[in-house]
Amino acid sequence: MLNQLTISELTAKLAKREVSARAATQACLDQIARVDGKIHAFLSFDAADALAQADAADKRIAAGEKNFLLGVPIAVKDVLAVKNQPLNCASKILGNFTSTYDATVIEKLKAAGAIVFGRLNMDEFAMGSSTENSAFGLTRNPWDLTRIPGGSSGGSAAAVAADECIASLGSDTGGSIRQPAALCGCVGLKPTYGRISRYGLVAFASSLDQIGPFTKDVRDAAILLGTMSGVDPRDSTSVPQPVPDYTKALTGDIRGVKLGLPKEYMIGGLDAEVKAAVDAAVKKYSELGAEIVEISLPHTDYAVATYYIIATAEASANLARFDGIRYGARVEGNDPIELYAKTRGAGFGPEVKRRIILGTYVLSSGYHDAYYLHAQKVRTLIRNDFLKAFEKVDAIVTPTTPTAAFKAGEKSDDPLQMYLSDIFTISCNLAGIPGISVPCGFTKNPKLPIGLQLLGKPFGEESLLKIAHAYEQNSPWQKEKAAI
Amino acid sequence: MASAEIDVKYVANLARLALTPDEEKQLGAQLGSILGYIEKLRELDVSGVEPTAHAVPMVNITRTDEIRPSLPHEDALRNAPRQAGGLFIVPKVVE
Repeated sequence: MLNQLTISELTAKLAKREVSARAATQACLDQIARVDGKIHAFLSFDAADALAQADAADKRIAAGEKNFLLGVPIAVKDVLAVKNQPLNCASKILGNFTSTYDATVIEKLKAAGAIVFGRLNMDEFAMGSSTENSAFGLTRNPWDLTRIPGGSSGGSAAAVAADECIASLGSDTGGSIRQPAALCGCVGLKPTYGRISRYGLVAFASSLDQIGPFTKDVRDAAILLGTMSGVDPRDSTSVPQPVPDYTKALTGDIRGVKLGLPKEYMIGGLDAEVKAAVDAAVKKYSELGAEIVEISLPHTDYAVATYYIIATAEASANLARFDGIRYGARVEGNDPIELYAKTRGAGFGPEVKRRIILGTYVLSSGYHDAYYLHAQKVRTLIRNDFLKAFEKVDAIVTPTTPTAAFKAGEKSDDPLQMYLSDIFTISCNLAGIPGISVPCGFTKNPKLPIGLQLLGKPFGEESLLKIAHAYEQNSPWQKEKAAI
Repeated sequence: MASAEIDVKYVANLARLALTPDEEKQLGAQLGSILGYIEKLRELDVSGVEPTAHAVPMVNITRTDEIRPSLPHEDALRNAPRQAGGLFIVPKVVE
């Protein structure tokens, strides 16, 4: 089954001409036809365009071209611009919008030969932790169709877990890559802030957002990170840091590496099976020669509150552009103000409205210093916790989520409980550091994936990937597939 | 910090967001509990702490002042809900 292959497995077969890019793409399309009626990872896809790209890739392969992603089908979260494809952010407000240009990451994937196809479901404007906030229906967890795939990049995680594509792209503002990767049993990487250009990523919270890959193994995450990284004049927050070949870091040798266990992450709400799986992974690391060190991140308990001030404040400003004038849906009004308000009232879903109101409030006159500025100061304390910890350790090990995937509808009426499910992933974005989630086991009944989160130093992706890869090579979880 | 009460109608107007009375009521209750939770930040003494706006601060990123290709006019208009004569159509702004 070609759709089950990793990037490195597929490109090896393509190079030897054992298989064609067309056959690999067709295998993904066949899998979508077989399972996506149940999972609903895709909002849309253009099969003819995907096959045309595959044929073009096959010609390039026949001409002797070699490239990292030549002939590899990769699907994209509905928040990234792909020229002439729809872009909705899973929201009604964008109407029939189609992108007029490629995001920088899409340019880079295309240049490396990838077949970029499909629009993957998500929480509206990436606001949510379950993909239940999509205006276009739920995505189901491939391991249990009554459960959510996580979010906001739920479609990206489910599509990879269900082998509907070889890899996918998502975005992570407070855990939106790592959390769904954990809940669906794939690898999800959020790079250091500034590592990858955000040009062509619809902004949610500009100081927190990063694009990253969903893959079937750590090597593929290293391949995609290397392809997508680098400074970009069109994103002034991208950082001019050299881009190494990340796959060279995957030596399997982690002897002497120091891993920190933050004592603040052993909270009351941590599920016993999740804790047992993470404990077992830490033991495995110890056997592989890593040194385990207890550390403290004393401001952990303040991260969720800090995040929901900063992220909503930035979102309220970023989403001001959706006003019914230049693009998307419009509800007419007698004057521009009425038109804006009616368009936004009709176009945005409940969670987006909630966050716009909260963000507008914390920035409004009289409250800015009390909420927004105060939160930015706490953000400094949270970041300093990490920088201090990294003086002692090379990476930090935590559960990715407090529990395995929850049931659809379980938390949708209680926004605060939903926000608290991101408790382990949010600090990473506030600190701007890289984080990865890798599978580390399953709950027993029902059988649901559990994720191990590793957090690294700013621009320390090589070390982070090396540590994640060493565990993966010595654990059986990555080979398990959901029965759909 | 301020009290955990939001005048939803006032803030919705600032945000240019039309809400139904039901939405106003529901949002008021939910935001009350979220703001209650956020109040815990008050426990922290942040005097003397510099705020972080970006985790990896980059300052004064400029480019040379040269003409570069930009979005073609027809592309800029192609997603407009209403357009004519190469322009966006909007409600009358001045009498």
